[in-house]
Amino acid sequence: MKAKGKVFKYGANVDTDVIIPARYLNQSDPQELAKHCMEDIDNTFVDRVSKGDMIVSGPNFGCGSSREHAPVAIKASGISCVIAPSFARIFFRNSINIGLPIMECAQAAEGIGDGHEVEADFDTGLITDLTTGESWQAQPFPDFIKKIIEKDGLLGYIADENVQGR
Amino acid sequence: MGMTMTQKILANHAGLDHVNAGQLIEADLDLVLGNDITTPPAVKEFAKTGINEVFDRNKVAIVPDHFTPNKDIKSAEQCKMIREFARDKGIVNYFEQGEPGMGIEHVILPENGLVVPGAAIIGADSHTCTYGALGAFATGVGSTDMACAMATGKTWFRIPEAISFVLKNSLRSPVSGKDLILHIIGMIGVDGALYKSMEFSGEGVASLTMDDRFTIANMAIEAGAKNGIFPVDERTLDYISEYATERYDAGDYKVYEADDDAVYERVIEIDLAEVKLTVAFPHLPENAKVVGTFDRVNIDQAVIGSCTNGRVSDMREAARILKGKRVAKGVRCIILPGSQRVYLQCLREGLLEIFVEAGAVVSAPTCGPCLGGHMGILASGEKCVSTTNRNFVGRMGHVDSEVYLASPVVAAASAINGYICAPDK
Ligand code: SF4
Repeated sequence: MKAKGKVFKYGANVDTDVIIPARYLNQSDPQELAKHCMEDIDNTFVDRVSKGDMIVSGPNFGCGSSREHAPVAIKASGISCVIAPSFARIFFRNSINIGLPIMECAQAAEGIGDGHEVEADFDTGLITDLTTGESWQAQPFPDFIKKIIEKDGLLGYIADENVQGR
Repeated sequence: MGMTMTQKILANHAGLDHVNAGQLIEADLDLVLGNDITTPPAVKEFAKTGINEVFDRNKVAIVPDHFTPNKDIKSAEQCKMIREFARDKGIVNYFEQGEPGMGIEHVILPENGLVVPGAAIIGADSHTCTYGALGAFATGVGSTDMACAMATGKTWFRIPEAISFVLKNSLRSPVSGKDLILHIIGMIGVDGALYKSMEFSGEGVASLTMDDRFTIANMAIEAGAKNGIFPVDERTLDYISEYATERYDAGDYKVYEADDDAVYERVIEIDLAEVKLTVAFPHLPENAKVVGTFDRVNIDQAVIGSCTNGRVSDMREAARILKGKRVAKGVRCIILPGSQRVYLQCLREGLLEIFVEAGAVVSAPTCGPCLGGHMGILASGEKCVSTTNRNFVGRMGHVDSEVYLASPVVAAASAINGYICAPDK
């Protein structure tokens, strides 16, 4: 499994309120949420993002509220992967649960520039900045996380593995 | 190797004698919580599990508190959906607006006796960590986790490392638990406890009121922590004997203590007598500054309430400052008692009269402005001093507005003076 796209780069402590402001949480439709993704940190994001693109940021990405609407909005906007030195714990858990690939890699997050073309290989953990040719090694996804992503989230995975009702 | 308090609770809920930091476990849950924003997606996900009933009708709590009383049609639809779900599944702890036990989730769960020492609780709300004040393990999760937990009564956890906060002496009035937690977050940063437990101990704990402990545990997430937890002492037991009387009488709770040789990643000693009135500047809770050490910040609004500081002692402190005074011209002061119980107590003690006479608006218990929902949204360029827990960009309204986090006495004194300041008493 690989992802490839251009990078939107942000700083440290990107919180869930700027990813999807509470004023849009009176509904939970992914496509509606995507229309306002990143609005309070970058109001040009929605117009510029295209399928496959990536977000690269500083530490503690996704801090703040438990709203699953945040990774849902990012995924529905077409983002294929988020790379950061660290993620806030609820965001981390939610991203896996809804099938949004995230990778922790401090060197890559620092080295990759805004607008660069990047490729991430989820099987090997290799992250390559195609614009500069530099590459970094992150942890590859363990098998069960790869399956969750393939099944579009934890529930798809649970249904598929027939483990419900255990 | 010894275990921390959190590790012991988790080991017990996983049926294990011993756990180590980093270990993945599956734990039984005593309570699963959701609100009107996080429950609707959980209801949709729950339907996909193919399981028809929740694991235990008594162990799910649903609280429509964020956009309620419904601020618009979409919010009303969300509330309708979770109300019908609660009815359909026979969920006992569904709280409707106006009911005597209703209010903001993290204020009312303890008040309704749903939290006891030693419990393991998850909630689809990041401030679920509030319940650590009562010696429970409690942490925030997302809607999918809530859905799976409602279906199975279990969830997985990674056993957290811990930071130990050893408290000595006592706080000097009017310094409160809010100042202490802002001071701590200022010291360790918004990711200072990422993935970890914040465990409080030391002789200073005894001097903290239960309301102080709720406020402190509430903001553990603001340092990135998985949970914050206090040891169980006489005050804790008094609290549960009052609010969870049946379970207290039946001995349906469990007191855990950290082992003497528990491993902590870091030990931080804090002299409570040294903590000063503290304000967190925009746009992160870690931007803590001692009141009196910064230039004048004029304010447009003061908000007193929320799951952080909406309890009766917070209301009393605010009333003490506001009594016989007037809110400054040009400032809106909005007071939100955290629950119907708190509201009623304010009424009985004459606090509502003090607030209204001072020129404050008193709202129904709701999250309201805390998350930029309703009841006090900020326009561009406006500044608000607030007893809530987050001051992110756009948190309370326009992206160019600013939120300054403070205690109830600082917020009340600032409302009277029109700028952020300490009370003169
Ligand atoms: S009062 Fe604020 S922080 Fe607390 S639950 Fe409500 S929105 Fe969340």
